[in-house]
Amino acid sequence: MKRTNTDDPSYFHKVVDCQWACPAHTNVPEYIRLIAQGRFTDAYMLNRESNVFPGILGRTCDRPCEPACRRGRLDGKPVAICRLKRVAADLKGEIGHLLPQAPAKKNGKRVACIGAGPSSLSVANDLMPLGYEVVMFEKYDKPGGLMRSNIPSFRLPEHVLGDETAAILDMGVDIRYNSPVSSMKDLLGQGFDAIFVGSGAPRGKNLDLPGRNDTDRIHLGIDWLESVAFNHIESIGEKVLIIGVGNTAMDCCRTSRRLGGKDIKVMARRPRAYFKASSWELEDAEEEGIEIVINHAPKRFVLENGVLKGMEFERLEWDADAKKSRVIDTVIIPADDVILAIGQENSFPWIERDIGIDFDKGDMPAVDETTMQCSRPGVFFGGDAAWGPKNIIWAVAHGHAAAISVHNHCQGIPVTERLPDRMNLISQKMGLSEWSYHNDYNPVARQKMKHVDLKRRFEELSLEVELGFDVEQTAREAQRCLNCDVETVFTAAKCIECDACVDICPLLCLTITRDGEEAEVRDRLSAPAVNPEQALYASVPLPQTGRLMLKDEDLCVHCGLCAERCPTAAWDMLKFELEISYAGKAAHEPALAQV
Amino acid sequence: MPSITKPVAVHPSLHRNAIGLNLRDYEGAMSTLCAGCGHDSITAALIRALWELSIEPHMIAKLSGIGCSSKTPTYFVNGAHGFNSAHGRMAAIATGANAANRELTYIGVSGDGDSLSIGLGHMCHAIRRNVKMLYVIENNGVYGLTKGQFSASADVGSKSKRGEANRMTPIDPVMLALSIGATFVARSFSGDKEQLVPILKAAIAHRGFALVDVISPCVTFNDHNGSTKSYLYTRKHMQRTTEADFVPPASEILATIGPVGSTTVTMHDGSVVRFNAVPKDYDPTDRKKVLNYLQENQGSIATGLLYVDETVANMHEMNATPAGPLWSLPYEKLCPGTAALNELQEDYR
Repeated sequence: MKRTNTDDPSYFHKVVDCQWACPAHTNVPEYIRLIAQGRFTDAYMLNRESNVFPGILGRTCDRPCEPACRRGRLDGKPVAICRLKRVAADLKGEIGHLLPQAPAKKNGKRVACIGAGPSSLSVANDLMPLGYEVVMFEKYDKPGGLMRSNIPSFRLPEHVLGDETAAILDMGVDIRYNSPVSSMKDLLGQGFDAIFVGSGAPRGKNLDLPGRNDTDRIHLGIDWLESVAFNHIESIGEKVLIIGVGNTAMDCCRTSRRLGGKDIKVMARRPRAYFKASSWELEDAEEEGIEIVINHAPKRFVLENGVLKGMEFERLEWDADAKKSRVIDTVIIPADDVILAIGQENSFPWIERDIGIDFDKGDMPAVDETTMQCSRPGVFFGGDAAWGPKNIIWAVAHGHAAAISVHNHCQGIPVTERLPDRMNLISQKMGLSEWSYHNDYNPVARQKMKHVDLKRRFEELSLEVELGFDVEQTAREAQRCLNCDVETVFTAAKCIECDACVDICPLLCLTITRDGEEAEVRDRLSAPAVNPEQALYASVPLPQTGRLMLKDEDLCVHCGLCAERCPTAAWDMLKFELEISYAGKAAHEPALAQV
Repeated sequence: MPSITKPVAVHPSLHRNAIGLNLRDYEGAMSTLCAGCGHDSITAALIRALWELSIEPHMIAKLSGIGCSSKTPTYFVNGAHGFNSAHGRMAAIATGANAANRELTYIGVSGDGDSLSIGLGHMCHAIRRNVKMLYVIENNGVYGLTKGQFSASADVGSKSKRGEANRMTPIDPVMLALSIGATFVARSFSGDKEQLVPILKAAIAHRGFALVDVISPCVTFNDHNGSTKSYLYTRKHMQRTTEADFVPPASEILATIGPVGSTTVTMHDGSVVRFNAVPKDYDPTDRKKVLNYLQENQGSIATGLLYVDETVANMHEMNATPAGPLWSLPYEKLCPGTAALNELQEDYR
């Protein structure tokens, strides 16, 4: 079978499931270890390097890392990575002197960022220290974009959002509030060296059913949340229906609960297994007494004398995999207000179609996935503006990528010329059976987040519901991390095939067997490789018998026992460090290049 | 010695055996032997064999003497009985234990020092009595615990770690056992579990004394150039003389029948040992042919289940002992009292 090439950083990177799954490739195991050591500031700064907004993301991230976490495959519950991130943000010390600084001498290049959301802010975060002048156009009077307008303050306190946006803006970003961009053509004429479009996906999808336009008690979810965020709306009727069951719907229903809603129902067309909302957001909503009603398709709004009375739904019965449905009957559910949360769309009425920016059939700009550049050189897209609604962590990743492109573009280097990511591998051996990391497997269960008392939380709209982990919870949760970045690294030339590693491995990851076709070799593994997504490492032929050392990465708990029982140090535990290249900062360069 | 105990996480595909235990339930304490010791591999093979045979841990008795090998019963089946005897006395203690309770599965683990020097006499007599037990010799040719002096199994010319050659002739436990009437004789290699596990299973199913000599390299004192019991030397010189499968008694015999002409031996408990490959004119049930073969192939290390004879009565059968363990007998029968003793003594007057 094919020998594994471990010189390619992506092999060991993929073993670190959380980091691999994270769009920004945050070094999760390392910051969890820092948290375990009480080094919260260091943990925060490590986070900030890749994800820019640890405090915000520690509360609101979509957490692609958690479903990927190896721990979840072992005991069913991933490490509470997101919550630990918040611990670092909450308990960090003074960081002012650690934040990136903009040089006094500028490089003479001007970049426009449209919108002051996470993607634009990430672009500014990477470019300001390089001497760029960044001009940011924001339609509201505060920064944050959808992080401010769409995430309720009981999930994301104002001060957290304010601190982390200020850390970037205070480098000297020329932020222009209340300045929506109304013409791309105009902006192009203003002599910017590059333009970044991070204007989000600001248009809520409408539901054009009879009665839609006959009342003012039907709201578009994201617009409604925005009005609440900016204090334009302060109350809602007692009976509220939310149409749709994504994360915006969860924010709408929980916000309604705080504005006077008593009987709140989230109406879903399909069964629960097909909901778009994250499971934890559903749980939080249900904890607050929100009813989630499945298998109801909206049919019409019911009005009497111009007053909204409710909504008529078709009750559906679905087949096994919820593809086809049958209408059973219809019901009318009373409501004072209806909030539509069935999705968002991009909308670029302000980009002229004759300026070299191509739009596709869905009226979306054609954006390159690596460079973030559209068909017009020097114009870049990111965040929800690029490919429709994703989430904050994707917006940050887009921002980093776009910043590299902007930097290249302004230096006259092709945007396609990207610096490679590199890796460092450092042995963690401190002595005989002694490691620089905590290698023992801790069977403790995932810690449960404590919430503010149910009664108390509805008294104040912006009272944060999640209390964060306490010290004991933090210590326990940090020990659940398996240190997947401390990699098992094998040197075939040293192996004497004594079987010690194979015998000791608690998860039967290792096999020494003769070479053959991969499918057939897989039949001879110590334990079946149940997860085809995970790599099967194959060494070069071993010196004594020419057999191969195989390792199924799937369930390795990185306990290091293979290395401890290896008499020749053919196995060693090496800490993998992914060095990511950012704009003006190639991997392996210790500090930001000052221009 | 490892820094931690083995993580409790278990591979989801690990199935449970007939009595509801998984492989990990047959583990013991963490090994304190040198990293890379062959003995640890034999321990792993024993764990697998006992798990596959679904033997209840509390029905197992582990016995050993003194030496690196004799530490290993600690490293498998935590829930079993154990006795760590004086140097070389494991065979005698096992004979006594077996006499008292014939229902347990006896696993004796010894080494070349324990069995071929100080304990040689005891081992020979346990063989003669055909005590029903598995007797494993973890054979590495040196005294590891006392820093690598030659043992009685070291080959002539084999070199110590500092370069001295051994000049005394070795005792080959396989030849010795065959010559004194052993009824189950096998040799294997710690680095070849594919062969070792079925041999251990067959040995446990055997009617009487089952000797399994396992070449088990001493990674610290005897794994160098010039050693004849190193990993490399053993790999170069071992020859799989016989290839045997172990078929447990409950299995459907039709489904497991081998290629035409293969030799099968039905064990006392109804299980079957099926020889898939033996050399031409070799018969694993013919002591003379086996001895001849071994004589003629002295340059190589012949491995496999070399000889088996299920027809010979074991110690209990020879002595017509009670059918159950002694604890199951009523006290009056076990200890008939002064009157009965006096009556017996009258016979000798």
